[in-house]
Amino acid sequence: MVEASFKPGDRVRVRKAYPLGHVRTPCYIRGRSGVIERLCGTFGNPEELAQQRSGEPKQPLYRVRFLQREVWPDYRGREGDVVEVEIFQHWLEPA
Amino acid sequence: MSELGRYQPLGYFQLMEVSLRELLVEKGVLTEEAIAATVEDIRSRTPARGARVVARAWTDPAFLQRLLENGTRACEELGLDVPALRLVVVENTPAVHNVIVCTLCSCYPRMLLGIPPDWYKSRNYRSRTVREPRAVLAEFGLRLPDGVQVRVHDSTADMRYLVLPMRPAGTEGWSEQRLAAIVTRDCMIGVALPRAA
Repeated sequence: MVEASFKPGDRVRVRKAYPLGHVRTPCYIRGRSGVIERLCGTFGNPEELAQQRSGEPKQPLYRVRFLQREVWPDYRGREGDVVEVEIFQHWLEPA
Repeated sequence: MSELGRYQPLGYFQLMEVSLRELLVEKGVLTEEAIAATVEDIRSRTPARGARVVARAWTDPAFLQRLLENGTRACEELGLDVPALRLVVVENTPAVHNVIVCTLCSCYPRMLLGIPPDWYKSRNYRSRTVREPRAVLAEFGLRLPDGVQVRVHDSTADMRYLVLPMRPAGTEGWSEQRLAAIVTRDCMIGVALPRAA
């Protein structure tokens, strides 16, 4: 099991990587920065599970909150609108 | 124009389903009874389950607190098991409106809402709800004032989400059962609001 290295309120950036395989990090959020909303727990790594492997070591999973204006530069809704996405720790780096 | 009674050849996926099912039965992995019982179990899960949770949260502040802290455990109190996956309940307030989507596939709180509607799985809903949520909500007839923040929840991994709508005015003194009756599936996805009508 991998220890959680972020806490609520920390600013993080999603890695901008495009590996092959079963990845649960949506493309639209890669490379974007947000704030840790909460630690959801520790779960099997889906990229490993999809290959019929054990999913170990388990990865901390976070909900990360992003400002829509930063995700979509031409976003037309209100300034404070947000999108929250579940992201595994190995996809995050400090921002 | 009804297709009922007209012979239709099986589609690719239908044929695959029949073949796989028959093979599993033939090889003794599953029985027809077990398959029928599972289908029945899936069909028995309807949005009425989620509505019970919402109605309880509206009438019992201590339950509401526990529900927001740990959705899975709070549902267990009502005898609703939420297997394996964790339930996160997101609360609408006068300042925040929540809406749920799964951009990657069709993750949905099936244990509380049953089988998702087709539009929830459509490419249109999945791609546009994160991109232009206010336009999508308006198409459902839900126009939110600018003063309300829209919070989209993309259910990408192990959590499942349920929107806790605000209790509408004019429902003071209503029983839990009566309240549950106005909590629709769409309210709990976040594309509609309950009405006291």
